[in-house]
Amino acid sequence: MRRWVLTWIAPTSLALVIVSAGVAQQDPIKIGVIAPLSGPVAASGNYVRMGAEIARDWINARGGVHGRRVALLVEDNKSDPKEAAGAAEKLIARDQVPVLMGAWGSSMTLAAMPKLEEYGVPMVVETSSAASITKRGNPWVFRISPPSEMEALGLEKYLGALGIRQADFMAVNTDWGRGAVTAFGDMLRRHNAGIGAVEFMDQAATDMNAQLTKIRGAGGDTLFLTTSVEQITLVLKQAQELRVARRIITTGGSSSPSQLVKQAGAAAEDSYHIVFFMPWFPEAMPDPNLAKAFVDEWTRRGNPFEGLTEGFRGHDGIATIAEAIRIASRAEPQAIREALWKVSLMGLNGPIKFEKDGPAGRESGQSRPSIFLVQIKGGKAALPAFLRK
Amino acid sequence: MEAFLQHLLNGLLLGGTYALLGIGLTLIFGLMNVVNFAHGEFYTLGAYLTFAAASLLRVNFVLAIAVAILGGSLLGALCERVLLRPLRGESIDTTMLVMIGLWIATQNGELLAWGGVAKSIPHPFPTAPIVIGPVSVAPLRLFVLAAVLVLIAGSHVLIHRTRLGVAMRATFQDRETAALMGIDVGGIHTLTFAFGSGLAAAAGALLGPIFLVYPSMGDLAALKAFSVVILGGLGNFAGATLGGVILGIAEELGAGYVSSGYRDAVGFVIIILVLLVRPSGLFARAGRVG
Repeated sequence: MRRWVLTWIAPTSLALVIVSAGVAQQDPIKIGVIAPLSGPVAASGNYVRMGAEIARDWINARGGVHGRRVALLVEDNKSDPKEAAGAAEKLIARDQVPVLMGAWGSSMTLAAMPKLEEYGVPMVVETSSAASITKRGNPWVFRISPPSEMEALGLEKYLGALGIRQADFMAVNTDWGRGAVTAFGDMLRRHNAGIGAVEFMDQAATDMNAQLTKIRGAGGDTLFLTTSVEQITLVLKQAQELRVARRIITTGGSSSPSQLVKQAGAAAEDSYHIVFFMPWFPEAMPDPNLAKAFVDEWTRRGNPFEGLTEGFRGHDGIATIAEAIRIASRAEPQAIREALWKVSLMGLNGPIKFEKDGPAGRESGQSRPSIFLVQIKGGKAALPAFLRK
Repeated sequence: MEAFLQHLLNGLLLGGTYALLGIGLTLIFGLMNVVNFAHGEFYTLGAYLTFAAASLLRVNFVLAIAVAILGGSLLGALCERVLLRPLRGESIDTTMLVMIGLWIATQNGELLAWGGVAKSIPHPFPTAPIVIGPVSVAPLRLFVLAAVLVLIAGSHVLIHRTRLGVAMRATFQDRETAALMGIDVGGIHTLTFAFGSGLAAAAGALLGPIFLVYPSMGDLAALKAFSVVILGGLGNFAGATLGGVILGIAEELGAGYVSSGYRDAVGFVIIILVLLVRPSGLFARAGRVG
């Protein structure tokens, strides 16, 4: 018995020691992630993290980047811009990450951006929509999510079918919400649609009756709603209570129609949602196989289905960063930034490729994401009637 | 005019729940001299208990709310026995720091236990609004307003009309004399804290189904509760009730006729004015109890 132990255990342990030594020589490539994991928009932040983890595991299963594994260092920005700047500082200065992904909300991203310039570390922005992010002349910023202007242009082609004559706006009182009101308002004015009430709400506000009462009196036919899924749920429910009969269109891609169906029920019926990923019909996405594989993996992990419209962002952000590191051949901030300009990748949303945006000489990178419109019909997300073949 | 009436009704519905939050805090604050920063957490707890009972255990909705109020009171009593009793006689700052600690610990505990994703509490009321002339209101909100009125009236009777209420007020006016009269002073402290916490849990249980339930929901609630207490005067029951209603209506009209972006600012402007003109609160008597 003793001999058996020696014969088998000893070589096995030796092999383990050798293997672990080999892995230790190859430190993983660290990618910093800043996301709101707690606070009013925690759900979205956690979904982005889940998507990023799937991308990480897929990359590592394929042998990593240049033989090195990828590790995510996730910091919580607590849905708070001040915390976002602190998280960026911590990841860069203490954890020495060569590249970041973040920080979900526009106000949080804008707060973290000066740190990128200060330390010279690039960041892939996966969710934020405020135009100012790529217009400020921060050459370390690379955005894969659409700014509100691009989103508005994406909706422009459906204006005829939707028949909007007068629109009211309701938005979260942040850079994102205010930016969306300007962008969609400008687009509608170009098409001679009237703009009625423009109302804002605090990020943590729960009672929106005052705003909705005003909107009810404004008499438009469409309400553009820009905020997180938590507040969209409340607005839909309260709009129903106050009999605000309007076509409602949510912008920003963070509306999670499946979660709305679950939590707002009948109040969500007939509402339209601009989304950047359609997990209900992956076959309609630019890369159907990739989309199907992602939805399957997400479900296999037991992640909530309603998080997919947000989670895809995490995947695309990490895939973009890994591709840049592969092109750069080394995990070093300056090299990764230069490589990001050369990335040409098929993500879950569609092709990712950066174009220059912002003041000449100090441009940020901006990709041109695909934009989709879905409608909640019969308690399910569906393509609007005018888009169905 | 149509919009004005709707704003007024909205403000009243909102103000009722502010009042409930304020009463719980003002009792603990004014009578026990404890600045309860964890007040919002009992609100959150009430909402999560209702969610657990109504959604997970499929208990009857009204029973689920009762379970939440009872749970909140029991946890309040436990908190007083374990955290506050050993600190009685310490300065107000010490208990304040302990309550801030409790606030952070409970909120993170809730995040760990339930996750950050908001929960929705199912309720048996129809979602179609009741329309009365120019205004409309959801049946659930009317139920909440009725429940709030019952709770406020019940609290008033308890404090002003029962022997227990007399014992409570006596204890916080003069502890030594009360003890000499045969009142169980320790028990009164526990009961008062349990009562205040139970009211916060009730507010959470009632508002949870209207709004959504998530770990940081108590922060805004606590802020409103403190505003109501400052507005109404420390330890003043009627002041907290009226203060809540005034704050609710002011916010609603401010958002409706000034700017919705400055909704919360309207409440704070009123508080600053009150502090400048009547520093002890709108409805404060000459001196404060406790």
